Amino acid sequence: MGKIMLEVNGLTTKYITRYNEDVYAVNNVSFKVEEGRSVGIAGESGCGKSTLALSLMGYYFAPLHYMKGDIIIDGRNISGMKPDDVRKNILGSEIAYIPQAALNALNPTRKVIKFIEDVVRVHNPKMHKKEIYDLARERFETLNLPAETLNKYPVELSGGMKQRTVIAISTILSPKVLIADEPSSALDVTSQKMVIKMIHDLMELGYIKSMIFITHELPLLYNVTDDIMVMYAGQVVEYGSAEQMVFDPLNPYSKGLMGSILVPEDGTRDEKIVAIPGTPPNLKNPPDGCRFAERCKYAKPHCRVYHVELTELSNGRASRCITSEQELREAYKNE
Amino acid sequence: MNSREICLSGTGVTKVFGFGNNKTVAVNNVDFNFYSGELVSIVGESGSGKTTLIKMLLGLTNMTEGEIQFLGKPRDIHNRSKKKEYWKNIQAIFQDPFSSYNIFSKIDTVLLDCIHMRGGRGLPKQKKIEMMEEACRFVNLKFAEMTNKYPFELSGGQMQRLMIARIFLLKPKILLADEPTSMIDACSRATILDMLLNLRNEIGMTIIFITHDMGLAYYISDTVYIMERGKIVEFGSANDVILNPQADYTKRLLHDVPKIHEPWEFSKRRAVVASESSV
Repeated sequence: MGKIMLEVNGLTTKYITRYNEDVYAVNNVSFKVEEGRSVGIAGESGCGKSTLALSLMGYYFAPLHYMKGDIIIDGRNISGMKPDDVRKNILGSEIAYIPQAALNALNPTRKVIKFIEDVVRVHNPKMHKKEIYDLARERFETLNLPAETLNKYPVELSGGMKQRTVIAISTILSPKVLIADEPSSALDVTSQKMVIKMIHDLMELGYIKSMIFITHELPLLYNVTDDIMVMYAGQVVEYGSAEQMVFDPLNPYSKGLMGSILVPEDGTRDEKIVAIPGTPPNLKNPPDGCRFAERCKYAKPHCRVYHVELTELSNGRASRCITSEQELREAYKNE
Repeated sequence: MNSREICLSGTGVTKVFGFGNNKTVAVNNVDFNFYSGELVSIVGESGSGKTTLIKMLLGLTNMTEGEIQFLGKPRDIHNRSKKKEYWKNIQAIFQDPFSSYNIFSKIDTVLLDCIHMRGGRGLPKQKKIEMMEEACRFVNLKFAEMTNKYPFELSGGQMQRLMIARIFLLKPKILLADEPTSMIDACSRATILDMLLNLRNEIGMTIIFITHDMGLAYYISDTVYIMERGKIVEFGSANDVILNPQADYTKRLLHDVPKIHEPWEFSKRRAVVASESSV
């Protein structure tokens, strides 16, 4: 077992709406990421994936508020720190973030090298311009990005190139955890593959120690990460290795999610994809008991009454369902 | 599908934007034959001219060169009334449901307009309501909840379903679907695809489906056209094109799409798959 890079214990964060209602978008989430491993987070839109990413990097600006729980990065607890302290001490060197709209993340009036200077100077104000340039050039060359990019303006770069530049900038200080929030959703398949290849290289070369990858595209997640975590209505519903989750999902929700995978391979046309009926619950007043019970095919009356915790199963996986593993497997087999 | 009757065809369709040195050829000398009752997918990356082609088929953009034939006759849309006549037979669903509706008209009005467009202006009110209810039932929406609401009060998936309800009432011969599922969730995607297949199977509509997702195109379509930089590089039945591609471009696209049974060469999954197959 490797060294634990990121440990999250019972993290709960909420949004306060303008009518003063509490929306618990991340509810009691716990997980661990070991060194050299990556975790993918999957789920429908509005299940709290992106909020979890923002919460992990301490981005607590209204309406997002920190409630409770610990975020421990390599033995250092950063929960409850002020956003400004997080930005100066943690962001970039300990934890790096690639936003969803990375294509618009760069100020068009500044050259790429200026962004890198900004990142480095926050953590090391004394560093000379020349040193920063050398560091950046070396890093760009190892990642197969042309060094001329450093002296270009963002508008001169294509979409895929811009995305790779953003990743290179945010990981320039070799962070321990990289949080990638749908880094390739706006890209073509070819540029997507190049971006993913680069993230993979960063992991292999040890520039980043561990990664959290958020996307709703399951085939992509399967190709990228070691483990997959499925979220529903702010809670983790299942956790396991990528193979287990894609080929043998246990929780009824993950099963529904995996049923919607479409890949251009033999056999896709023979099986009909089935949608999960209904819509996710409103998190302003979530239902008692299991939050998925309303939409679940296998729901029983007691599902709506008792609150279920995430239960550890064998082989390091965990699932949140009141029905036992055997019963669920029986039910799946009878279909 | 009864016969192989050609519904919409084009020869040498070209669209050039700009002039002089700034010329961009968006669609370059494209030929196609869409048969009635067929579900055709046009697949390509961004900038390959898919949307420009659709706009020309709809008559929203003029062609620079070429000819489009509708039901065997050259298409005539030179004035407004001819265009209206043409649009009774060809309708579209766009990518962004949020900008597809008139924000000032309520859902009833949206659906009522469709009935009127099909010549149902003189029908008794009760009959119109029945038709609207039927359309809503077709797309799993409750008509009672829809009345007196504006389209923007619905969620993205519901809006897209309402769009299909419109198509159900209009019953055009051809439906152009321009990435109708790219802005909604993978889970609700299945519902939309099911409804499109129902439209095809029950009404016999010809559906032209535009997408960049190879998996989706393979799942839904009978025929697949692959576009690269304004040109159609390959077409044929879905099984042929996706499972046995001939053009280099198609091969490259298929190689780069994330897959389950054949992971990317640098993915850690590949080792797992290899060890499983050796056992």
